[in-house]
Amino acid sequence: MQTLILVIIGLVGAPLLGGLIAGLDRRVTAWLQSRQGPPIMQPFYDVAKLFGKEKMVVNQWQILCAWVYLVAAAVAVALFFAQGDLLLIFFVQAIGGVFLVMGALSAKSPYSQVGAQRELLQMLAYEPVLILVFVGFYMVTGSFSIQAVWAQEIPLLAKMPLLYLALCYALTIKLMKSPFDFATSHHGHQELVKGVLTEYSGPYLGLIEVAHWYETILVLGLCALFWHTNVAWMALLIVVTYLLEILVDNTMARMTWRWMLKRVWLIGMGLGVVNLIWLYAR
Amino acid sequence: MFGSFIKKSRAKSPWIMHFDCGSCNGCDIEVLACLTPLYDVERFGIVHVGNPKHADVLLVTGTVNHRNKKVLKNLYDQMPEPKAVIAIGSCGNSGGIFREAYNVVGGVDKVIPVDVYVPGCPAKPEAIIDGVVAGLAKFAQKVEEAK
Ligand code: SF4
Repeated sequence: MQTLILVIIGLVGAPLLGGLIAGLDRRVTAWLQSRQGPPIMQPFYDVAKLFGKEKMVVNQWQILCAWVYLVAAAVAVALFFAQGDLLLIFFVQAIGGVFLVMGALSAKSPYSQVGAQRELLQMLAYEPVLILVFVGFYMVTGSFSIQAVWAQEIPLLAKMPLLYLALCYALTIKLMKSPFDFATSHHGHQELVKGVLTEYSGPYLGLIEVAHWYETILVLGLCALFWHTNVAWMALLIVVTYLLEILVDNTMARMTWRWMLKRVWLIGMGLGVVNLIWLYAR
Repeated sequence: MFGSFIKKSRAKSPWIMHFDCGSCNGCDIEVLACLTPLYDVERFGIVHVGNPKHADVLLVTGTVNHRNKKVLKNLYDQMPEPKAVIAIGSCGNSGGIFREAYNVVGGVDKVIPVDVYVPGCPAKPEAIIDGVVAGLAKFAQKVEEAK
């Protein structure tokens, strides 16, 4: 019963919170550029407007792909709130990512094709890092279940600080922030126009936006697990991480995908592996 | 309730796309100036997108000629309803100083329906923002009538 309530809270609360975070993100970004920025509710206006637009698709595949992306993200968040299995969450969110790429590949436009390829490369970069983080969870708690984390006495951050840094790398890629925003970005005006999202319009773009909010909450939730002992520290950890994320987004230029693969595999996975060896040797 | 929220949101989140039909660049620079911290149109939820499929409002600068009229029509057709078109500058409104030239079709309204005309050579950023706001009111009205 309690699980069910938690799941419902997750399913309803996550998009609301995700949208607010997106709004705050735009405010802070504007502040960093000494502008004023849109109201915090702006992402909700955007999505509501998108839902009210004409349904225009290139082919039927896109409808399916947008829905599967949303459902996968929502299920992953539901599993997370149900204290489920980390590996299962990983696979469910990976399915969502794959369908996003398939939707982009199903249209003939070169922008969307290139965007899809780049999205694949991004997945190639962050998925192994996520897996390493989950392996770290297993080595500390002896289980892939989130429930086991709550049984820990000291915060996980003390045992896997390097894995946290690696997770931050994955977070930057997952949130599509600079310097890793090649597949698409919040600022659609670049050489790829909007990459994977080029061929989506109206309500389907809205679905993808909502799915993105779910994903934001999922990844931030993972970050929060690193300091499960105290709610205040948990919140502080997320806030600091996200602010750093915005700062990086605003101070970095977009790089090439080769740069990304090299950095993420060498530094991100390197940090992860070093931490795992340390956990193993202890 | 959700329907009225959608309607309200339309005016709060106009995503604009800017197409240059061979302008002298004067009007384009003014359009881009709107995005700078001085005018900061993102305050009103206006986002400059580069993709007709995401856009609600099409800003057109410059004179339409026989070469780019097809492109203009194509871009317009790719925008999902509801949408609005705003012609910017004397060139966009009527062809401006180039209207007599042999290659020029004339204003934007010769090719696609225009909702708002923003005068000026070049149009001021304030006038452009005004134009977008007027355009939004117009398309809200259009949606209302269609239903
Ligand atoms: S209206 Fe004037 S400034 Fe604008 S494009 Fe025409 S000539 Fe240039």
